[in-house]
Amino acid sequence: MIKLDSKIPEGLVAEKWDNYKAHQNLVNPSNKRKLDIIVVGTGLAGGAAAASFGELGFKVKVFCYQDSPRRAHSIAAQGGINAAKNYPNDGDSIYRLFYDTVKGGDYRAREANVFRLAQVSNDIIDQCVAQGVPFAREYGGLLSNRSFGGAQVSRTFYARGQTGQQLLLGAYGALNRQIHLGTVEMHNRTEMMDIVIVDGKTRGIVTRNLVTGEIKAHFAHAVVLATGGYGNVFFLSTNAMGSNGSAAWKAYKKGAFFANPCFVQIHPTCIPVHGDFQSKLTLMSESLRNDGRIWTPKKKEDAEAIRAGKKKPTDLSEDEKDYYLERRYPAFGNLVPRDVASRAAKERCDSGYGVGTGQAVYLDFKTSIERLGEKVIADRYGNLFQMYEKIVDENPYKTPMMIYPAIHYTMGGTWVDYELQTTIKGLFSTGEANFSDHGANRLGASALMQGLADGYFVIPYTIQNFLADEIHTPRMNPNEVKEFIEAKEAVVAHVNKLMSVNGNRSVDSIHKELGHIMWDYVGMARNKEGLNTAIEKLIALRKEFWKNVKVPGTSEGLNIELEKANRVADFIELGELMARDALHREESCGGHFREEHQTTEGEAMRNDQDFTYVAAWEYKGIDNLPELHKEELKYEAIEVKVRNYK
Amino acid sequence: MDLKLKIWRQKDAKAKGQFELYSLNNITKDSSFLEMMDVLNEQLLSQGIEPVAFDHDCREGICGMCSLFINGRAHGPDTEITTCQLHMRKFKDGETITVEPWRSNGFPIIKDLMVDRTAYDKILQAGGYVSVNTGGVPDANAIPISKEVADEAMDAATCIGCGACVATCKNSSAMLFVSNKVSQLALLPQGKAEASRRAKAMVSKMDELGFGNCTNTGACEVECPKGISISHIARLNREFLMATAKE
Ligand SMILES: Cc1cc2nc3c(=O)[nH]c(=O)nc-3n(C[C@H](O)[C@H](O)[C@H](O)COP(=O)(O)OP(=O)(O)OC[C@H]3O[C@@H](n4cnc5c(N)ncnc54)[C@H](O)[C@@H]3O)c2cc1C
Ligand code: FES
Repeated sequence: MIKLDSKIPEGLVAEKWDNYKAHQNLVNPSNKRKLDIIVVGTGLAGGAAAASFGELGFKVKVFCYQDSPRRAHSIAAQGGINAAKNYPNDGDSIYRLFYDTVKGGDYRAREANVFRLAQVSNDIIDQCVAQGVPFAREYGGLLSNRSFGGAQVSRTFYARGQTGQQLLLGAYGALNRQIHLGTVEMHNRTEMMDIVIVDGKTRGIVTRNLVTGEIKAHFAHAVVLATGGYGNVFFLSTNAMGSNGSAAWKAYKKGAFFANPCFVQIHPTCIPVHGDFQSKLTLMSESLRNDGRIWTPKKKEDAEAIRAGKKKPTDLSEDEKDYYLERRYPAFGNLVPRDVASRAAKERCDSGYGVGTGQAVYLDFKTSIERLGEKVIADRYGNLFQMYEKIVDENPYKTPMMIYPAIHYTMGGTWVDYELQTTIKGLFSTGEANFSDHGANRLGASALMQGLADGYFVIPYTIQNFLADEIHTPRMNPNEVKEFIEAKEAVVAHVNKLMSVNGNRSVDSIHKELGHIMWDYVGMARNKEGLNTAIEKLIALRKEFWKNVKVPGTSEGLNIELEKANRVADFIELGELMARDALHREESCGGHFREEHQTTEGEAMRNDQDFTYVAAWEYKGIDNLPELHKEELKYEAIEVKVRNYK
Repeated sequence: MDLKLKIWRQKDAKAKGQFELYSLNNITKDSSFLEMMDVLNEQLLSQGIEPVAFDHDCREGICGMCSLFINGRAHGPDTEITTCQLHMRKFKDGETITVEPWRSNGFPIIKDLMVDRTAYDKILQAGGYVSVNTGGVPDANAIPISKEVADEAMDAATCIGCGACVATCKNSSAMLFVSNKVSQLALLPQGKAEASRRAKAMVSKMDELGFGNCTNTGACEVECPKGISISHIARLNREFLMATAKE
């Protein structure tokens, strides 16, 4: 068995990153020009990294599947980004941000990585302001902060309800500047189809141009995957329609271990599902929980009357409402972490107190509007209220919003060491695509922080430790080197295989079926029997796919069904790995809730004795079981406790 | 609801396109416009007809990828909204809905309803940023910025780069798009130093790429899904004049 080396530097946790930087290898300016880096993905993680590499003098090639790098799904993040600036003077510090993140992750994240994340968080805010990101400000001209779940301080910076958009446009600006200067070459509408390995090191990728259908190999001395999360395994999620797990999955099949695949975040505040034709779920930012209060009717009769349309939520008096989060978790109230809030909503609905279709609870702004006035609320959340009204056709200033949990984020991902390098040399993974910083549950406003930390301040350093040994590796010509030619041929064969099944089911119908299996058995609550059923069903679905999928048209030129088929084929396999991981983890922690492991009050029960490790899975062939490798987690700066938000 | 859809079909950039008429039944009014298009595509697939290609990604009105010209209006018959947020309740049962791609020399058609908007990227590459490298910047609170200024910069910065303004403008002018970035960065102290240089670089790029002139019709402002005001065009003109005056 391969021993996982997480390469955590020596020293106290607070000194590790400085120690690392002081001793790592660097590449001198004249050699940087001779080194090529490929970045796949232009979200916060990829865009920031590519721009920074270009500034340093490397030659960079960047890829994204959208028509412009500005459209990566980071653009959709609403609520905000955390940093330990302590501007409000409310007791925040690097240690506290670190502590909250490890605790929020239910003690399944790597301490050293999280500490580094908290350390560089402040630099991110400085950087973004220097780029012209218009963060919200107070009348005095200084930056404004709001609170997010799992924290008792206000440390979240925001730009209305469009923080991700503004941060991404900042990174996109930096990227554009490098494209203009010629250090970065941008490839839009181009999908990575596989990686290329030469002598044990990643040396490039194979891509398909989504407009022309051309399949091409590209060389680089190192490759960075920044391809986002795999929430769309569930078909319905808050992710973009094109978000996919394929890049990470192709890397997995080439030897990059996949870590904690079952750690998926279910976000408590999304617009509820309303029909079969539905294509995606819309998030209502967590920031709304600053001013919105969550409730269901106290009496079942009221819930029934509301569901039947006989009563309206505004008909109920205050003492007929059950503010169940405030009741169960008085210390954190409506601001408990996401996994806790999601399960509490499910519990209420499963017990018969749900509203709407029965799968919904209220998020009510009445108290805040009375206290602050409509103007202030509009200032804070105007665009979210508008979005809600356009979708649901109800005015949330007048009547409470209806919300329900939905798949939102994947904590699991490609396993990486402290340097963000995967188990394949020369292959790095950043942002949501890797597993590193959020353990079993991510706190709100921490994904943007991690994406930009990885992209601006971590990988521009750590990649040099690898590249310093590559200055004598000459550039390879992909048309001449055997490994590139073979990898390209394999991709052509894969595409032809997808085209040639010629069955009678649309890709979407199979994707929807996959989504149902995942949501029913590998969703918010899991148990042994259900997970075994899921695995059986997923194996059958994989066979069904390869027997019955229909991809019309040709592989030359634009073919959207082909793009989807390629992604869904991978999702089905990834779903199976998620179920296997969930089955093996005999505990409840963070977003992973095993019904067998709960207290009598329904709270999650961790098993630290047996499961304080990262589960890193190694691919062993499609018909064989994957092999489990364990990275033991050691907590030196933090005492491991039962998470308590009461 | 039952619908007739008149949709622009075009095999590729070089082909000559034409409208095709499709009937679609039993669409619920709570579905979004793009969900209705998904249902149409499933139907076409089952009939052995190639599905209609259209751009979309986030489906929540922020990525700017969706881009349909519906019944003669960019993003269809609702205001301050993108196509992906448009819902079928805005249409009548039995209605014939005409769906076309953006039409502009700056945005060539790729296939059916998809167009190539890389011209927008090119305009921003010419100067739509503050020239700072990663690291070594001052503390975020070192320079106070009044709330009013920050808010106005944010108003401009909400542009999603969808292209509705160009598609709507009878001159195919990209002035509203260009002015957003110029205005956002000219307002903020961080971007002031390069303000006029930026304006000039971006405007020349826009001209070079075949977009038309602005004749102040104001149509763009009406169709902008983010409700961005043409007052930013005035700021762009000021910066541009300063740049040319300096020469
Ligand atoms: C609706 C919503 C709201 C959110 N709000 C917040 C928030 O308020 N605060 C917070 O901290 N986090 C939030 N998050 C989470 C956060 O936005 C994401 O985790 C983060 O932005 C991911 O960034 P990324 O750079 O890793 O990936 P992404 O931004 O998803 O970028 C992925 C990139 O990879 C490319 N790509 C993918 N696959 C391929 C392929 N095969 N070939 C080529 N290119 C490929 C894509 O084109 C894209 O450029 C939110 C998420 C959602 C969905
Ligand atoms: S699909 Fe993203 S704005 Fe419409």
